[in-house]
Amino acid sequence: MEAITFWILAAGTTMSAAAVVLPPFGRNPVHAAFALASTLFFLACLFVMLSATFLAAIQILVYASAIMVLFVFVIMLLNLRKADLGEVRITGMKVVTAMAILLLVGKVVKVAWTGSHGAAASASLRSGPDFDAIGSVGDLLFRQFLLPFEMTSVLLLVAVIGAVVVARRRFGRGVE
Amino acid sequence: MAEITLSHYLVLSMVLFGLGLVGVAVRRNAIIMMMSVELMLNAANLTLVAYSHHHGVASGQVVAFFVMALAAAEAAVGLALLLAVYRHLRTVNIDEMRQLRR
Repeated sequence: MEAITFWILAAGTTMSAAAVVLPPFGRNPVHAAFALASTLFFLACLFVMLSATFLAAIQILVYASAIMVLFVFVIMLLNLRKADLGEVRITGMKVVTAMAILLLVGKVVKVAWTGSHGAAASASLRSGPDFDAIGSVGDLLFRQFLLPFEMTSVLLLVAVIGAVVVARRRFGRGVE
Repeated sequence: MAEITLSHYLVLSMVLFGLGLVGVAVRRNAIIMMMSVELMLNAANLTLVAYSHHHGVASGQVVAFFVMALAAAEAAVGLALLLAVYRHLRTVNIDEMRQLRR
């Protein structure tokens, strides 16, 4: 049962991620945004399978909602016409780049596959009911990772201020 | 097929990362390139969570949580930059952003 669920989720994740990236599907940014949202949703389901329920909730709340709203809003603000999107030109350089990356991925996949089938790693994933995801994550977050956690709030504040300053309408008028 | 191990998750994560890398390298639309970056960050998150589950330690999930916060900040700033560039050049095609190359 777990295997079937994993394969369905893996296929969904891979296909929607491919729909984000590959030109025939992801040509329209709105379509790509929806494909990305479904990828993030599938990943949240995988997090649930890995008993990371807290992260799955955060994934849906932050990633599949907040960040996706940001993307869709920017696409709306840009108001691109068909001509602005440009042609999808498949040049030789792009094909070579994609092939090289796929080769790299294949190599790493092969190493991951053969390497982690050794003695220690071949054990099936643990899924004990005593694995309290939210409790242990919260405990770590507010004890061991307290300083990085507070730094994150500073980072987000800086990002918000930076985004507002950069995206302001009159930005750079004097520079032109 | 019968049993789902750690390597299944690692391979899925690597495939996701490769798709994101292809997107950044091949696509010329800056919005789609940013989406591909998000894909790569999510692939890293999947690895972190899979290892965290495998070892029964929650710190991987905490790091994934930080990655999500970072991704939110990155998306906000990146999309703001994209808007500013679009106001200037009226394009999101990065091949046409070559003011520094001249």
